[in-house]
Amino acid sequence: MSSGDLRNLLRRDARADRVVPPTGYTAHLTFFVSGAMAFLAVFALALSLASGRIADRWASELAGAATLRINAPVEQFAAQTEAALTVLSQTPGVASARALTAEEQAALLSPWFGPDLPLDTLPIPQLIEIVEGDPGLDAAGLRLRLGAEVPGAVLDDHTRWREPLVDAAMSLRRLGWVSILLIGGATAAMITLAANASLAANAQIIEVLRQVGARDRFIAGAFVRRFTYRAFFGSAVGTLLGMTGVLLLPEASNTGGFLTGVGFQGGGWALPILIPVLGATVAFFATWTAARRKLKELS
Amino acid sequence: MGARVIELENVSYTYGGGELLSDVSVQLQPGSFHFLTGPSGAGKTTLLKLCYGALLPTSGRLSAFDQDISLLDRDQMALLRRRIGVVHQDCQFLDHMTLGENVALPLMVSGRAESAEQDNLTELLSWVGLGPRLEARPPELSGGERQRAALARALILSPDVVLADEPTGNVDWEMSQRLLRLLIELNRMGKTVLIATHDLSLIRAAKSQVQARVLRISQRRLQLAGADL
Repeated sequence: MSSGDLRNLLRRDARADRVVPPTGYTAHLTFFVSGAMAFLAVFALALSLASGRIADRWASELAGAATLRINAPVEQFAAQTEAALTVLSQTPGVASARALTAEEQAALLSPWFGPDLPLDTLPIPQLIEIVEGDPGLDAAGLRLRLGAEVPGAVLDDHTRWREPLVDAAMSLRRLGWVSILLIGGATAAMITLAANASLAANAQIIEVLRQVGARDRFIAGAFVRRFTYRAFFGSAVGTLLGMTGVLLLPEASNTGGFLTGVGFQGGGWALPILIPVLGATVAFFATWTAARRKLKELS
Repeated sequence: MGARVIELENVSYTYGGGELLSDVSVQLQPGSFHFLTGPSGAGKTTLLKLCYGALLPTSGRLSAFDQDISLLDRDQMALLRRRIGVVHQDCQFLDHMTLGENVALPLMVSGRAESAEQDNLTELLSWVGLGPRLEARPPELSGGERQRAALARALILSPDVVLADEPTGNVDWEMSQRLLRLLIELNRMGKTVLIATHDLSLIRAAKSQVQARVLRISQRRLQLAGADL
């Protein structure tokens, strides 16, 4: 189908469009299904974009840091910490390294053990915070060197924390896109059914049109335009309602965690505008295919 | 236009295992007037449907305007049907459209601007006596008005052939005579006319006004009717 054919098919012709009776349950069905699917697509899109943002944030935040834990007898604690800091200061890819203070370590533990934990009476390992710089930390090489010079040191480059979290966020993002594809497929299936029902209900009209010399393109065009515009307006209403729903969701916050981060940011708010266009495109091809098939059957 | 507008050569038509028409041969010459008669269920409507391509022959050859109808694709068939005006007994209108829109339907589907043809439409509706009923809906029309509107729709593209299936089946004697006069007038304008009817009085009335050939379908076969009509 050329672009000229496409333009001709979609160009509204009030007289030609009147050959298909304007009423019928398929009109309401198409409008409702397109609206409902567009509404769901807005949320799937919001979920997908939010998951993508979280995956990127977790990946970048955790990737730039590492932690060194010193597990040593009390009498070697200071010496091993000093030795570890020396090793780190000589290691390429380490921008900075510092031992956490007793207060900082107590603050990290207080969510689990409470604020009154007597740290000085417990064998708490010393933590060293490492901030990565260029050209990036060679964790395997650093482990080997620490193993030789600081036997009580355990390097945690956050890989085992980061990867599952990033994987989970990426999976959610994929799930969002798969949902959008499924929504598109379901919309196409429903519109195909509605178009088939409408074509069957109007078989007599099709016969009359053929008898007076109408080509299949003319007849199919009347149905295609009807369903495409219904799907477009249904999707537009559904998208508007969906965007309003997303707008009313709580804003992202640290205390709210992931659930409050679902939504659009910046230019992301423009993306849902594509949903009615995609809905109309799906309806166009679904109806065109159904009409061509039905007209062939009826000939 | 060729020497024959429609020609059937040994055409048979079978449906559901039963043969409805058998070995039918007939030629419709340009400007000729034919009646097709026979009892109800004899196959008159089937023969008309074959003539405008709504049905395809099971065997034999059917050509219209020198084109073998079975070789035409759907687009070519649509173009062919614009040259053949058909009047059905049940008229087959689109009830959600006005009479004017129904009559103008062939203009619309052929892509001709209705506005440019408005004079033609008005003149045609006046000719069939329906000028004031332009905005009426088909269910509001009487049987005679519907038949005349169907005739107007069949003529709006100025076809070469007019096929009419029992055009006087639902109207009184006076109206049937009026319709007959319109069809005879069309024939005098050079149109080929084929009327399927079981109403022998209509044929007798026509024979005094036009030189008509009468074909009769009997036992699935077509034969030229004798002088007994």
